[in-house]
Amino acid sequence: MYKEEVCRVHSSYREDMVVQGYCFGKREADPAACILGSVRGNEIQQMYICSQLVRALKELEANGCINANKKILVIPAVNSMGINVGRRFFGVEDVDINRCFPGRADGNTIERIACNVFYKIMEYSYGIQLTSFYIEGEFVPHVRMMETGYQNASLANLFGLPYVMIKKPTPLDTKTLNYNWQNDMTAAFSVYTNKNDSVDEESAKQAVAAVLRFLTRMGIIRYESHSGYISHVILEQDLMDVSVESGGIFKGLVKPGEDVRYGYPLAEVFDPYEGFIKEIIKAPTDGIVFFAHTQALISQGDVAYRLIHRLHQ
Amino acid sequence: MIEEVFSIELPVGERLVIKKNRMMGKQPGGKRLTIVTGIHGNEFEGQFVCYEVIRRIMKDKDKLTGTVDVYPALNPLGLDVAARTIPKLNMDLNGIFPGKESGTTMERVAAAIVRDISGADMCLDVHASDSFVKEIPQVRVNEKFAEKLLPFARLLNTDMVWMNASATVHESTLAYSMNMLGVPTMVVEMGVGTRIHRGFGTQVVEGIFHLMREIGMWEGAVGEIQYPAISTDGEVEFIRADVTGVFLPAIAHNHYVRKGDKLGEIISPLEGHVLAEIRAEKSGLVFTLREYPFVQEGSLLARILTGIGEE
Repeated sequence: MYKEEVCRVHSSYREDMVVQGYCFGKREADPAACILGSVRGNEIQQMYICSQLVRALKELEANGCINANKKILVIPAVNSMGINVGRRFFGVEDVDINRCFPGRADGNTIERIACNVFYKIMEYSYGIQLTSFYIEGEFVPHVRMMETGYQNASLANLFGLPYVMIKKPTPLDTKTLNYNWQNDMTAAFSVYTNKNDSVDEESAKQAVAAVLRFLTRMGIIRYESHSGYISHVILEQDLMDVSVESGGIFKGLVKPGEDVRYGYPLAEVFDPYEGFIKEIIKAPTDGIVFFAHTQALISQGDVAYRLIHRLHQ
Repeated sequence: MIEEVFSIELPVGERLVIKKNRMMGKQPGGKRLTIVTGIHGNEFEGQFVCYEVIRRIMKDKDKLTGTVDVYPALNPLGLDVAARTIPKLNMDLNGIFPGKESGTTMERVAAAIVRDISGADMCLDVHASDSFVKEIPQVRVNEKFAEKLLPFARLLNTDMVWMNASATVHESTLAYSMNMLGVPTMVVEMGVGTRIHRGFGTQVVEGIFHLMREIGMWEGAVGEIQYPAISTDGEVEFIRADVTGVFLPAIAHNHYVRKGDKLGEIISPLEGHVLAEIRAEKSGLVFTLREYPFVQEGSLLARILTGIGEE
């Protein structure tokens, strides 16, 4: 393994932010796979997963298990300045780096960071980003791809996670890394686990195993692992949103991955002053919980759950 | 008449309410102008514009021949805490249009705003700059809609019209969405975040009444009007910081500079020396100037409109 400085940002008041890459395989080898962790300052789980991948890949490299002529780059954190001050976005402008790709070399600070990072990672054949959703909550672990015309759900299956989700990009998505990676002919995947700002050991292990499984199946490393799932491919537009009709204190009764039936109580909303139950949210269909709101408070109209319609475990 | 456009119940003892003030003139079936502002909660310039437009219409109500809808606060929670984005979600409301009727709460907010504005004959989305740079009054028009919008943009008494300038006119913004839906929508930008420049506001208000008169909605008096410089991206010179430090401007905003003139310097408060001296590479009008002193590599220091005379 050797380290590579991907990008450096100076600050008047803090030490430089150095985006550090960890490379496995020979320098002159084919850039095979790039794995990116925390782009946002609250993506702690994502950074943790990358750190565990660095640890695993070090061991595999020491045992000669990185295939000849294949190079892997792991970038555990892009926005370490944000992580250290507990801010999801970057700098005083508070801008989401993951909404600035592919960036601009002559642009503002954040566009330059995105550009420098993108320049270093665009040459890789496979791109894996461990990321988070813009709404706080928990997901069932899955691989997500944008429907850019270049997406390949069969490849996403090779992670062996329970689900692969295909999302039609909206204008909001066109500045994300995943979208731009795909447009630049990297087979790009976003891997979602069920936590962001805290570490969930179980789903982190699942993600590490999924990435190593994918690298093995693509002939980049040699690693014996469980075959994982034959992923179920879903389209985002086929998920059923379950919204709440009242604001208040939210008490979820089911978790991501649970199998629910029509009419099954999913959550309760309590009056924040008098404590009575204002609303019981019931499953509008049979299905599996794909996403769950996890915050203590909820506003009227918020999505409490997203269900995979008529699917059973 | 004050009307509720959208409301939802927040978790604790409050509703999020978006309101508008509808003023109907003597021809209720006439044209409808919508003036919206406060999408970014740290931009207050539009607050004065709303106040002044309503005040002047109410003073001469019989001169109004169409309908004017004024929406002072599209992001009321953001305005309340001077946050650019939607508090808690930390998302730019101007990045989720046209929204979705069956989507997340904020997608529903966006969809409700779009639904309410739909059918209007004209929409003005009034912005201040962010907290980092100060702007002269200008209209920003996406190139895609320039042919349709330019004749109206020229009427607004701003100093310039900038075609295809920034994210404020790009896809997923309110302006882009409304233009796609057939409502001619222009973005007006001026001043700096969290401040109100009364002079700029008055200038734009005069332009709004001029526009209203030209499209047959206002029979009252309009003050003296100037016509703007029309510019494209190619005529705008961006000046960015090459080093990290504290920027001290050496010129005034809205000021003509010649090539080689000193615009400012970036200093090091720790080492006590000048890190960089910033000079104009082209002559022109400094229409954007940095207000916020801390800069990093890439931070915008100034924008110069080139190709115009000193007068």
